[in-house]
Amino acid sequence: MNAIEVESLTKRFGKLTAVDAVSFTVPDGEVFGLLGPNGAGKTTLIRMLTTLTPPSGGAARVAGHDVVREPDAVRHSLGVIPQALTSDPELTAMENMLIHAKLFGVPGGERERLSRELLESVGLENFSDALVRTYSGGMRRRLEIARGLVHSPRILFLDEPTTGLDPVSRANVWEMIRKLQARTRLTILLTTHYMDEADKLCERIAIVDHGKLVALDTPARLKDSVPGTNIVEAEFEDAPANWMEELRGLPQVAEVTQRDILAHMASHDGPQTVAALMELARQRGVKVKTVTVQNTTLDDVFLHYTGRQLRDATRSGGPGFDISHLYK
Amino acid sequence: MKLYRIMAIIERDMRKFFRSPTLMVSSMVFPLMQLVVLGYAFGGKIQGVKVALVDEDRSSEARKVRELFAGIESGPKTFRTVEYGSVGDAVMDLRAGFVRAVVHIPADYSMRVYQKNRPRIAFVIDNTDNFMSSALQERVAQAVAQLNAPDVEPRLKRQIDLQVVEVYPYIEYVKYLLSGSITMSIFVVAMIGGGIVFIDDKARGLHEGYLVTPIHKTELVLGLSFAGALKGLMAGTVLAIIGGLIAGIPRIWDPVRLLYLLVVLAVASLAMLSFMFLVMVRVDDPLVPRAIFGVLNTLLFFPSGAIYPVEGFPWWLRWISAIDPFTYAVHALKNLLLKNTGFEGIYLDVLVLLGFSLIQISACIALFKRQL
Repeated sequence: MNAIEVESLTKRFGKLTAVDAVSFTVPDGEVFGLLGPNGAGKTTLIRMLTTLTPPSGGAARVAGHDVVREPDAVRHSLGVIPQALTSDPELTAMENMLIHAKLFGVPGGERERLSRELLESVGLENFSDALVRTYSGGMRRRLEIARGLVHSPRILFLDEPTTGLDPVSRANVWEMIRKLQARTRLTILLTTHYMDEADKLCERIAIVDHGKLVALDTPARLKDSVPGTNIVEAEFEDAPANWMEELRGLPQVAEVTQRDILAHMASHDGPQTVAALMELARQRGVKVKTVTVQNTTLDDVFLHYTGRQLRDATRSGGPGFDISHLYK
Repeated sequence: MKLYRIMAIIERDMRKFFRSPTLMVSSMVFPLMQLVVLGYAFGGKIQGVKVALVDEDRSSEARKVRELFAGIESGPKTFRTVEYGSVGDAVMDLRAGFVRAVVHIPADYSMRVYQKNRPRIAFVIDNTDNFMSSALQERVAQAVAQLNAPDVEPRLKRQIDLQVVEVYPYIEYVKYLLSGSITMSIFVVAMIGGGIVFIDDKARGLHEGYLVTPIHKTELVLGLSFAGALKGLMAGTVLAIIGGLIAGIPRIWDPVRLLYLLVVLAVASLAMLSFMFLVMVRVDDPLVPRAIFGVLNTLLFFPSGAIYPVEGFPWWLRWISAIDPFTYAVHALKNLLLKNTGFEGIYLDVLVLLGFSLIQISACIALFKRQL
């Protein structure tokens, strides 16, 4: 059975079409990612699916219920963790949990036990009576994920769960989501503008840009659809006029493009291409200032499908990525 | 509609209220300060005003006038006279503010008395200050009336004596003002708790966390209104007791009156809170409630009859007063605190305030946006 069915869902704000005829389905138990830059329409899409914004066109069924006609039934079967931190800072973690449990009508006998279990599963059991005001951003996010699960929903919506968190907190949140999913087989729909996050967590990814869905597949197959398996990036000094042409002649190179000061080469064998590149540069008297090799990432996939780079996304985690030139 | 969801919203609000004492303290401090400062600034009798006396007649008749003034000086002490040689000097000092009035007994005063030719005493007054000049005028008019009383009683007395019967003991202004201050404390709770905190929570995104739950907008509005009313009731009760002790309301602990007070404070809080919610229901900018705090305060407090009787207002202000929940709260509280009337003195106000609440809450529910 499908947890989420979206058909030609559209949202217009005046002249702007924030979500443009998006269609996809998410089967039960899948972790599905919506990947796109800020302003791509991810949050609007999630708000329509969680009944917070009425669609301008199209239809969506969540947990078998129509989001427009049966909003109550939809709200009962969803756990939603909005992008903004929405826990009450003036209440303790436990109070936040209990009040949400009450709003969802969780029976009195179970509220306390469930809340304790969930706080433990997100590693906050020792801070359950501390005011949320004293929490770090990562702790607050974890609390909100626990809070979103207090009524045992079928589907969990996570809108940019790690935006604004430091790398350690992000890793913690990822770990938590993975464990949670492995244990409960919960259906999860998450949005992110981090490539590594989508890559690590999602079984399937929909790439969204300017409100449109431009690609949808598993991370591996999305990467396969881009030429080459490695990306070699290099910066040169005293390069001759036909240098780009010469680079295209290097072994295993599939594609060469100039991006700002960097030559960007998609290669089927990174190390071999680099060895040949260094040799060629020595022969031509070209100085190589930096050179990096990394595996094809979803970033490259995004670039491939949209013609743009995710400027606001970091590419942390890619092996050997050198950003020192940015600080010179 | 589910009661448990309303209760959950109330619980959340009350926990936040008790956790941050700022709201509680500020809802008490401002009205109490107002009560004490305004109450004693306005309430006092005017005494010791400097009045210039110019006696150009210096006859035995003029002396009678001066004796009367000396009587006021040593009795009610409304003013003390300073002798001046000429009217010109006295008026000059009046303009400069050294004296607040000039009493001029002209040179022909005694002659006119004997000729029965309408003897006149001039009373030149600095009328830039209404309170002061009317107080002085009243005193001098009394003195002149005494002079006019014939020395020998006529055979047929036609003078009417107006007998004033005061139903209640003398009410100092601070007592008169107390009802307004209690209502003001409810207003501060409504403004901060209902207005500012509500919009801030919205702006901080906290509302989104509740909107993704199955709560209905009716439940949310009712929960927030009842929680706010509960806070208003607490603030109002504390102020009624502390303020009552400061103002010296007799038998403040009378249990029947306390019960009626609670009823009035509860409905007044609900009316005030729902009024504030109605004003704020579509506002998103956290600056708005802060910016209109003063406007609402002026528009609700002053036309209510809390500091000046409604009967003295022009027609348009009377209209504002009629649709101002403050008016009915102040009226009911005055009846209870100053006259201890019992239920017959408050039930109309209670009904009106309940009517206000009902209309305002219904409008709030209709206008509340469940979606983002």
